[in-house]
Amino acid sequence: MITLENLHIELGEFNLHNIDLHIEENDFFMLMGPSGAGKTVLLEAIAGLVTPQQGRIKVAGKDITALPPEQRGISIVYQDYALFPHLNVADNIRYGLHFHRRDKQVGELRLRELLELFDLQQLEKRYPGTLSGGEQQRVAMARAMIINPQVLLLDEPLSALDPRLREEFRLILKQLQQNTTATILMVTHDFAEALALGGRGAVIHQGRVEQVGTMEDLFQRPQSTLVADFVGMKNLFAVRLQNETADLGPLHIQLGRHFDESRGYIAIRPEDIVLSTTQLQSSMRNSFRGAISQIISQGFYYEVHIAVGETNFCALVTKGALLEMELAEGKEIYLFFKSTAIHIF
Amino acid sequence: MRHKDFFFWGTLACAATVVAFITLPLVQMLSAPSFEALSDAILDKDVLNSIVLSLSAASLAALISFILGTPLAYLLSRREFRGKRLVEGIIDLPIIIPHPVVGIAILSVTGRNHWFGQFLTDFGIRIMGSVTGIVTVMVFVAIPFYIKAAKEGFDAISPRLENVSRSLGASMFSTFFRITFPLAWRSMLAGIIMACARAISEFGAIVIVAYHPMIAPVMIYERFESYGLKYSQPVAVWLIAICLILFLLLRILTTRQKKNV
Repeated sequence: MITLENLHIELGEFNLHNIDLHIEENDFFMLMGPSGAGKTVLLEAIAGLVTPQQGRIKVAGKDITALPPEQRGISIVYQDYALFPHLNVADNIRYGLHFHRRDKQVGELRLRELLELFDLQQLEKRYPGTLSGGEQQRVAMARAMIINPQVLLLDEPLSALDPRLREEFRLILKQLQQNTTATILMVTHDFAEALALGGRGAVIHQGRVEQVGTMEDLFQRPQSTLVADFVGMKNLFAVRLQNETADLGPLHIQLGRHFDESRGYIAIRPEDIVLSTTQLQSSMRNSFRGAISQIISQGFYYEVHIAVGETNFCALVTKGALLEMELAEGKEIYLFFKSTAIHIF
Repeated sequence: MRHKDFFFWGTLACAATVVAFITLPLVQMLSAPSFEALSDAILDKDVLNSIVLSLSAASLAALISFILGTPLAYLLSRREFRGKRLVEGIIDLPIIIPHPVVGIAILSVTGRNHWFGQFLTDFGIRIMGSVTGIVTVMVFVAIPFYIKAAKEGFDAISPRLENVSRSLGASMFSTFFRITFPLAWRSMLAGIIMACARAISEFGAIVIVAYHPMIAPVMIYERFESYGLKYSQPVAVWLIAICLILFLLLRILTTRQKKNV
């Protein structure tokens, strides 16, 4: 569907070299890599907004390298949504219809459909400045979808949302994927996000493609330390899901919400784990006792590894907290985390 | 109440001095002529003609600045290219150069001894002592103000809006008229008013290029030279009143813009 051949792009501080990628039709492809790796530039090149110095871009077998963006049928949704501030929600979404000659009624019907799909009916007459982040994002998605693009480019769609909205939006994305024939290419710097959504993906680092493959491949069999480092998110566990708990060997982790799948992964960010030397009376649903196996300095923070039975957790603490709790290797400690801090996929 | 210190009073004194320094001469001049002198002045055909000429030539200059300056302002806002600093420096030149020098410079390329002047003459275009000359000088001094204001307006619009517009099927032209222009028109209008006001106030360059037909500042100067302060004041009052209205418009527009953002 999308083929990038030997793409070279130099744009100020961003440089992409030798980009060779093939993305299948109707795929949900993840472009991953740390911030500043040139992922957005690559998206803009595919959309025709940045001209590559070398190489070719093909979509559906057709070479589009020299085609202006308006003739490509490729929609882009930016991280900051880039809604037109002088147009209301309906006019924002309708925008693309002006340039695609077709029956006016069909266009309006499509608008209604999208307003419904993205739950925007109530906001139709509002202006972007009055919308929340999540609402703006749904408008941007609807606007991108109205032209029935061959390819939909998403630039870090989840990074600006708070965790609860993320889950909701992930569902919308999954639903969208089933409703459209568009090939979706999404950029993210968060591997957990990619794992949750994508079929296949590529890790980009310093302007080069490090590895391409299925999410599982990237996660289980990283071919370079860079990829390993990137996907090696801390506190990522394979679990058995049951009602509202995730079973991790003998540990039962409270999720606070119900999940249908029986198997999956959960992940907890190290900064979301709270340590204490005593059992806390707190609203945090999950509390475990373990022993510190290792303490690693990370500059301003310390990474504290705690063994709870067979399972190793990793938490981040400040130097102040480290000294105050007199943390040392081998010391017994309690760890806590909220059920809302658990990412499930 | 808290004790206000030396810094506070010092600042206040300086501020008051500056405001008084600007307003006192203006107020004095505005209030000096009698009502009779004012109405006499505006009924004087020469005065009226000079003011009309000033206004219309300045408006035309502002319009030309708008047409020629908009693409350049857009280019400067959106593109990085070698020599951009140089171009920006060149655009600033008319602001820096002494006004009579501007007049002499324009005459030197449009005179008969210069190939360009010869070229213009062949087409029947005369700069020296003509309305064309007045407008030419006005564009020269006013266009930097327009370009700066318009560029600022374009700078405030994220290029991503234009990117999205194009990805949705709009050509560069459609994008400009549907997205960029509706978001930047206030800045562009402010720039036009700025350019217009600057063009009206030009004297030094115009007096060299075209003493006749007489624009208002030249008329004021002539009356002052030939008849003295008392006869030049009423014309000046009329010109100032018009300039003030223009600037008032500018203030209203820019403050409204801030409210919207």
